[in-house]
Amino acid sequence: MSTDVKTFPQEQEAVAKGIKLPIYMDNHATTPVDPRVLAEMLPYFQEKFGNAASRNHPFGWVAEEGVETARERIAKLVGATAKEIIFTSGATESDNLAIKGVAEMYKQKGNHIITAVTEHKAVLDTCKRLEKYGYRVTYLPVQKDGLIDLDDLKRAVDDKTILVTIMAANNEIGVLQPVEEIGKLCRERGVIFHTDATQAVGKVPTDVNKQNIDVMSISAHKMYGPKGVGALYVRRKNPRVQISPIIDGGGHERGMRSGTLNVPGIVGLGKACAIATEEMPRESCHLAGLRNRLKDRIMGRLDEVYLNGSWEHRLPGNLNISFAYVEGESLLMGINDIAVSSGSACTSATLEPSYVLKALGTGDDLAHSSIRFGIGRFNTEAEVDYVADRVVETVARLRELSPLYEMAKEGVDLKSVKWAAE
Amino acid sequence: MAYSDKVLDHYSNPRNVGSLDKNSEDVGTGLVGAPECGDVMKLQIKVNPQTNVIEDAKFKTFGCGSAIASSSLATEWVKGKTVDEALQIKNTEIVKELSLPPVKIHCSVLAEDAIRAAIHDWKKKQGADKPVAVETGR
Repeated sequence: MSTDVKTFPQEQEAVAKGIKLPIYMDNHATTPVDPRVLAEMLPYFQEKFGNAASRNHPFGWVAEEGVETARERIAKLVGATAKEIIFTSGATESDNLAIKGVAEMYKQKGNHIITAVTEHKAVLDTCKRLEKYGYRVTYLPVQKDGLIDLDDLKRAVDDKTILVTIMAANNEIGVLQPVEEIGKLCRERGVIFHTDATQAVGKVPTDVNKQNIDVMSISAHKMYGPKGVGALYVRRKNPRVQISPIIDGGGHERGMRSGTLNVPGIVGLGKACAIATEEMPRESCHLAGLRNRLKDRIMGRLDEVYLNGSWEHRLPGNLNISFAYVEGESLLMGINDIAVSSGSACTSATLEPSYVLKALGTGDDLAHSSIRFGIGRFNTEAEVDYVADRVVETVARLRELSPLYEMAKEGVDLKSVKWAAE
Repeated sequence: MAYSDKVLDHYSNPRNVGSLDKNSEDVGTGLVGAPECGDVMKLQIKVNPQTNVIEDAKFKTFGCGSAIASSSLATEWVKGKTVDEALQIKNTEIVKELSLPPVKIHCSVLAEDAIRAAIHDWKKKQGADKPVAVETGR
């Protein structure tokens, strides 16, 4: 083997186009902090370091002012009032607080909770825990496009139902649930409606009144804010919703969430929301344009590529597709200068393929072959073109290596093969 | 997850990719794994009927990088060995050579199974004059 330093052709290509490698295209996992967000946060680490709960000196007042501005900005983005926003450590805590808090507060009224099989684990595992404490949980299936069937929801509600928790946008397939209709149905039946809107807020228009949302989880780091901070919207009137705290202590956040506030983080979340309020219409067009370009440039050049989830009801920056006959982790290895995610078992902690894709009825083989692209604010057209080229060439290479592709080309029906299971 | 240099090398430059004529008398084909499990390996050997030496080996693999590397390595190792020698190859040797982490051990097991399945297929084709009991799988 030659010991010369090799320059890979793709690197030369990227440099020529002014692309910096690696490319980040995993914006459902997390997003970089927007420089404008960081600039607003920085003073709150040093000169404005006060505890927002200190009522008797200016250090506390300055911090509190920062927090209250943030509260208003978040409320404005989602059509709420500032008093309805509670700060948490992130969406996982918000989901826990919403579900456990409602379950405890309304246990005299009933013990039944309704959710869906494609929810985030922060919701599913919280519901599972409540089952151990005597609550009854209905896990609604989803249709092939990833949406729940509203008739299923109607049938599932009974006189013991206290909470419906259905996400606004799915973190893997970007599918948007019919939140407004779900909220309307819950309102009619007098059931509290919580939505995990981690992926939706700041990306698609969200209005808690128009959409009949009672409780809503929000995260900062999915919308160009910092990690470790989130919020929970809790409706104060029509109807007033109450939740029991899960963290006890100094009685912060009107007793719903004790603990000294993460002031810089909260300021960052507020700024991220202010930017989203201003820029969402333009940004979602930009993201959808890039996403459609990526889809066309991949699916137009490769056969047997399948879209996972509804195309119509989807986050603008999401593309989730399966490349038949190619295993996801090996594909990620081949495009190692691009950061994306796979539903392959090999990339998950549990060694199970994506439960979300399985819930859509996608076979395990295609779930193993799935890639999630999360396009974000800072991606460019040149990056999209580069990613599409690398994906197409890597899939083609791996298919040449794939016995399944060879068999399929020979006309073998892979479903009819009796596979020797390990 | 970081891959060892050897896994990366086999993934980027897989050895002996391709197919042999599965209908040939001298060729044994092993197809192991299942698409639902995320791993399928096809390993083929061409055996000299006089010497029982494996003169050629080819593979195709659907699976993660470690699965591709394990089967690529397996083809390198079986070439030049007699079938009986090839049957001595253990998955643990593949694990060691490629520095596979515990979650990837099943890739090496599958590669060992593929070698055995290919040899089993070849022996079956040789008919009753060369009966040898072969363990397949675990």
